[in-house]
Amino acid sequence: MTAALPDTKVLSPGNPPLSPARIVVLGQDTPFRLDSGVELGGFRIAYQTYGTLNADRTNAVLVCHALTGDHYVAEKHPVTGKPGWWNLMVGPGKPIDTDRYFVICSNVIGSCMGSEGPKELNLVTGKPWALDFPVITIADMVRAQRLLVEYLGVDQLFCVIGGSMGGMQVLQWAVSYPDKVYCCLPIATAARHSAQNIAFHEVGRQAIMADPEWCGGDYLNKGTKPTKGLSVARMAAHITYLSEAALHRKFGRNLQDRKAVTFGFDADFQVESYLRHQGISFVERFDANSYLYITRAMDYFDLAADHGGVLANAFQVTGPDGKRTGTPVRFCLVSFSSDWLFPTSESRAVVHALNSVAANVSFVEITTDKGHDAFLLDEPEFYQVVRGFVDGNAERRGLAARVG
Amino acid sequence: MAGHETNGHIRPDLERIVEWVQPGARVLDVGCGDGELLHALVRRKQVDGRGLELSMDGVRCSVGHGLPVIQGDADTDLKDYPSDGFDYVILSQTLQATRRPREVLEHLVRIGRYAIISLPNFGYWRVRMELLLRGRMPVTDRLGHQWYETPNIHFCTIRDFITLCDDAGISIERSVILGAGERPLPHPAASARANWLGEQGLFLLRRN
Repeated sequence: MTAALPDTKVLSPGNPPLSPARIVVLGQDTPFRLDSGVELGGFRIAYQTYGTLNADRTNAVLVCHALTGDHYVAEKHPVTGKPGWWNLMVGPGKPIDTDRYFVICSNVIGSCMGSEGPKELNLVTGKPWALDFPVITIADMVRAQRLLVEYLGVDQLFCVIGGSMGGMQVLQWAVSYPDKVYCCLPIATAARHSAQNIAFHEVGRQAIMADPEWCGGDYLNKGTKPTKGLSVARMAAHITYLSEAALHRKFGRNLQDRKAVTFGFDADFQVESYLRHQGISFVERFDANSYLYITRAMDYFDLAADHGGVLANAFQVTGPDGKRTGTPVRFCLVSFSSDWLFPTSESRAVVHALNSVAANVSFVEITTDKGHDAFLLDEPEFYQVVRGFVDGNAERRGLAARVG
Repeated sequence: MAGHETNGHIRPDLERIVEWVQPGARVLDVGCGDGELLHALVRRKQVDGRGLELSMDGVRCSVGHGLPVIQGDADTDLKDYPSDGFDYVILSQTLQATRRPREVLEHLVRIGRYAIISLPNFGYWRVRMELLLRGRMPVTDRLGHQWYETPNIHFCTIRDFITLCDDAGISIERSVILGAGERPLPHPAASARANWLGEQGLFLLRRN
């Protein structure tokens, strides 16, 4: 490892942080073996931290981001200028209270905000990785995070939290490193990607690959950019993040800046205009190849398949007496009633598996019409549940209400 | 839930259940409502407690206060719990609201080394009088629903319950019958007097 241990940063309400992302090179000492069998010799991980690590190093919380997220959890995004994607969850006095916890979030491997991925230069060839970048999995993302957490001097994480693909990472953490996680919150997620979800991802990937500017993935070397394809991929995906009710409430059949339909293919309807905007703004901040890699990682995710086809087996550990017993990790699963991408039944399947090994598990379905995206939005009951679960466990773990 | 934070006054039947549970035990509270009993057990008996509750409002309230509770249905979800996973499984004032009380009861004594049940007595004299003298389905303080809106679909008397335990191979290790004003009665649970004067019964059960 090359970089020195970083200073941790303290947030205060009047002084929002705006610091350049930290990037560390990990996996240089021993090659980093991916699920695909490929070995990476040293890879970059971009990350951000908030709050202060306590003297016992027991108050670290790892936040896992979703498909197109990044490590700018609770601060202004350097590209979009928008507030952090989980400002409502993470910050001073928030459910993940940065006065109390040391919060870590890293850009997943394969993404495009500074971590090693298809957009970055392959230091061996001096050219962008593009499709030479190996296919990664959720477990690979988590292995990389584990190296980062160790590098930051943390052995056991107090909590791992994330929604959607972030929730997949949370589940993978609990399964891969049950003694390194005290409690966890897998939110709006599933133990496997469903056929329907794989199908939607395939539509997105085909849109990207059908764009002539994609150039077989080599667009960075060719000087082109598959903005059309990536934009369509985002538009299709965005529909899956909302609910019919939410779309109707927001747009109905309202027309966009006009009194009547135009009998053409312009964006007559507000909902069309909105989706086009979502697509166009997305391509400014996201890399098309990263979109291929990360959607693939989600598609490959299937915790039960890795454990003899029985999900409950994933949540068993070998006790000191050599017997198989339920995981020591304390779980709180949250789903949203109108989420049809990761419906409540998926969370319930995880809950049933955890119950069958007598694990410590809470489960709440939040009633909302905001669809899958609800985990990023203002849903007071959701934050109340997270706060209650995290505070209750912090008390049990003996964490001080403030660091310092 | 407001009452949880003040240490003390919980329902008298719940108070007895707290007394019966050994400190530090693993406890599953089935139908835990807003977590009142679970909270008392965690605070006063340092139990490793879990809850199962049908109502989402109840679950949100409990989890929001740091109690490990899942949303679920006693009729369908108990089968997922492993045998002997808990020291005690508690079912307080809920058996009469399940669709298959016998199956639920059998799961309780399978999952827990002990089961603790409290249930209203349909043989209580006031209940019998309502039916006998007024010819109406009883509505009392404890059974406060009209017949068409009650969640309580499987009523039984204390005598019925004891018979069911016999049939199901479940032994009653301990019992208390509470009469008017929730005072314990001196009569044994199997007596006619207990079945007449008891408004509710509490039982500590174990499979044979």
